[in-house]
Amino acid sequence: MDKITVIEGVAVPFRRSNVDTDQIIPAQFLKRVTKTGFDDALFFQWRQDPDFILNQPAYQGAKILIAGPDFGTGSSREHAVWALRDFGFRAVISPRFADIFRGNSGKQGLLAGTVPEETVEKLWELLEAQPGMNATVDLVEKTVTVGELTVPFEIDDYTRWRLLEGLDDIGLTLRDEARITEFEATRESWRPRTLPIRSA
Amino acid sequence: MSTASAAETTSAIEIPDRPRTLAEKVWDAHVVAKGENGEPDLIYIDLHLVHEVTSPQAFDGLRQAGRPVRRPDLTIATEDHNTPTIGIDKPIADLTSRTQIETLRRNAEEFGIRLHPLGDVEQGIVHVVGPQLGLTMPGITVVCGDSHTSTHGAFGAMAFGIGTSEVEHVLATQTLPLKPFKTMAITVEGELRPGVTAKDIILAVIAKIGTGGGQGYVLEYRGSAIRSLSMEGRMTICNMSIEAGARAGMVAPDETTFEYVKGRPHAPQGEDWDAAVAYWKTLATDEGAVFDAEVFLDANELEPFVTWGTNPGQGVSLSETVPDPATIADHNERAAAERALEYMDLTPGTPMKEIAVDAVFMGSCTNSRIEDLRAFASIIKGRKKADNVRVMVVPGSARVRLQAEAEGIDKIVEEFGAEWRFAGCSMCLGMNPDQLAPGERCASTSNRNFEGRQGKGGRTHLVSPLVAAATAIRGTLSSPWDLENAPDSVRVEEVAR
Ligand code: SF4
Repeated sequence: MDKITVIEGVAVPFRRSNVDTDQIIPAQFLKRVTKTGFDDALFFQWRQDPDFILNQPAYQGAKILIAGPDFGTGSSREHAVWALRDFGFRAVISPRFADIFRGNSGKQGLLAGTVPEETVEKLWELLEAQPGMNATVDLVEKTVTVGELTVPFEIDDYTRWRLLEGLDDIGLTLRDEARITEFEATRESWRPRTLPIRSA
Repeated sequence: MSTASAAETTSAIEIPDRPRTLAEKVWDAHVVAKGENGEPDLIYIDLHLVHEVTSPQAFDGLRQAGRPVRRPDLTIATEDHNTPTIGIDKPIADLTSRTQIETLRRNAEEFGIRLHPLGDVEQGIVHVVGPQLGLTMPGITVVCGDSHTSTHGAFGAMAFGIGTSEVEHVLATQTLPLKPFKTMAITVEGELRPGVTAKDIILAVIAKIGTGGGQGYVLEYRGSAIRSLSMEGRMTICNMSIEAGARAGMVAPDETTFEYVKGRPHAPQGEDWDAAVAYWKTLATDEGAVFDAEVFLDANELEPFVTWGTNPGQGVSLSETVPDPATIADHNERAAAERALEYMDLTPGTPMKEIAVDAVFMGSCTNSRIEDLRAFASIIKGRKKADNVRVMVVPGSARVRLQAEAEGIDKIVEEFGAEWRFAGCSMCLGMNPDQLAPGERCASTSNRNFEGRQGKGGRTHLVSPLVAAATAIRGTLSSPWDLENAPDSVRVEEVAR
């Protein structure tokens, strides 16, 4: 997982609330056997509409999504985070996230920051005034900047630390690798081994 | 080769000086790093079972991060959920199923994982294969991306299902960060009457504590009725712990356990065996150990049990009637019962035994081991199935199938008019073509009667192998006690028909 400090890029004023994970990625894409390549699946239904915001030229290559409250509700599918990430998003800002979605984001290197609803409204207005404008999300300072406006966002300390260090769950555990190796050295020889294969 | 004595433990942490439960002992022996301030402990995993449905993205994650599988020698894969049970030499027609299986084969090859593919003599349902190879043994930790991993707890192992990201975590690190579970003792005392089985015990337990009753707990099944069960029976019980909401179920290892493990291909041998048994004997819950919760059940009074609803807790004795939701005090439960009866197309007050079925499914990781097939065969032997009832018998593994054929069970099944299939999960979840048609009603030895589980619109009644057999003969839900000329093994004279 890449370390995140400052994300700078095109920001999308996403004027929708209650965006559930079925909208982020419909169930038909869950049959896949990979963990990447879900960029085509992101907001699949909405993208059928040529006027949908992510279809507009100004927002190509966007990195930051500024959404309404209750983002990522519904089914717990991790695919929702994969799809956002594969599409190119590095950060989502919203007044409120569904818990599971926020948890999944933190584990997979997608920054989910919360700001008050009035702030989102201000950010939307600025971004809509100049479509395709860049924003900056600074994880060190915990701020979002659009043009002249800089506002703080919230993220819990633990998740922030993980994102700054670029640690996924496995990376976190592997910091203890020496202890795992030590433990393995004490395992009794009667414990099961699948290899070499023994057969009846 | 080093041999550990019973006195040594593998734990890097201090063992508390107080009576401990079986679950605590196994947990303590696997703590790699103790979590502080409410952080989870890092737990070592002795055995990781893999199948085609929950593993593809885990392997893909490893590939992306450039990580190897840490311990291929503690990992084993088999194909079960999607595999067909007839025509297994032909390509799999369903594209999703085929892709999942082909992906597992590629991943196993790339990461050096032992795989038993369709057609292999060790192929089968992952929870049948582990014990049969002697890989499942007391005092170990077992995980698999499948909720019924609790099955392996029958050996006194700590065994539980995990999600796909945890599968990746175990593949990469052979550990999992986990918070300790609470413990619940389920004590079943007494003697089962002939014709009453482990399946009836666990269905009665779930009906008693509810599908959420075990949430957050590891269940330890104990008492004389559990002690007298075979390993197969104990596996049936532990298998369904998850249906009571529990993470895991366990039974303390004893002579029955050692007898079952001994001599299996991967069982410890020689000095290792002696050291293992000496240690395993120390695992039983200490006198005076405290459980967080306790439940009691009287085995003497148990009857064959069956579900009427759409969760495994909605069950009654077969001699009873379909319950009336109006008599259920709890508002939510009443609403759930009403919905369930509508889906199941049942009227309150109908005797369970008057309910006619279209299909009987004998299989799944709950009841597809050799002893289950023997029990089923003992009832149907020399008889014919009811007309209009389709009966499928699906052994849990290729080896179980071979063993059954060596004993002539396949012939008994075929003469009965039932279908003798190849091993796999089959109609337990209908990921392969073995499915119920909408509206069809099935007596099934599996573990889940959820809406649509066995096929869209299908209706499932969970039963034991003996009840499945009696039902296949009579065409309506039936106890083995209802049979004319019932074999002595299930005959109970004083029971009202
Ligand atoms: S038999 Fe059923 S419950 Fe068991 S592993 Fe297969 S699908 Fe799951």
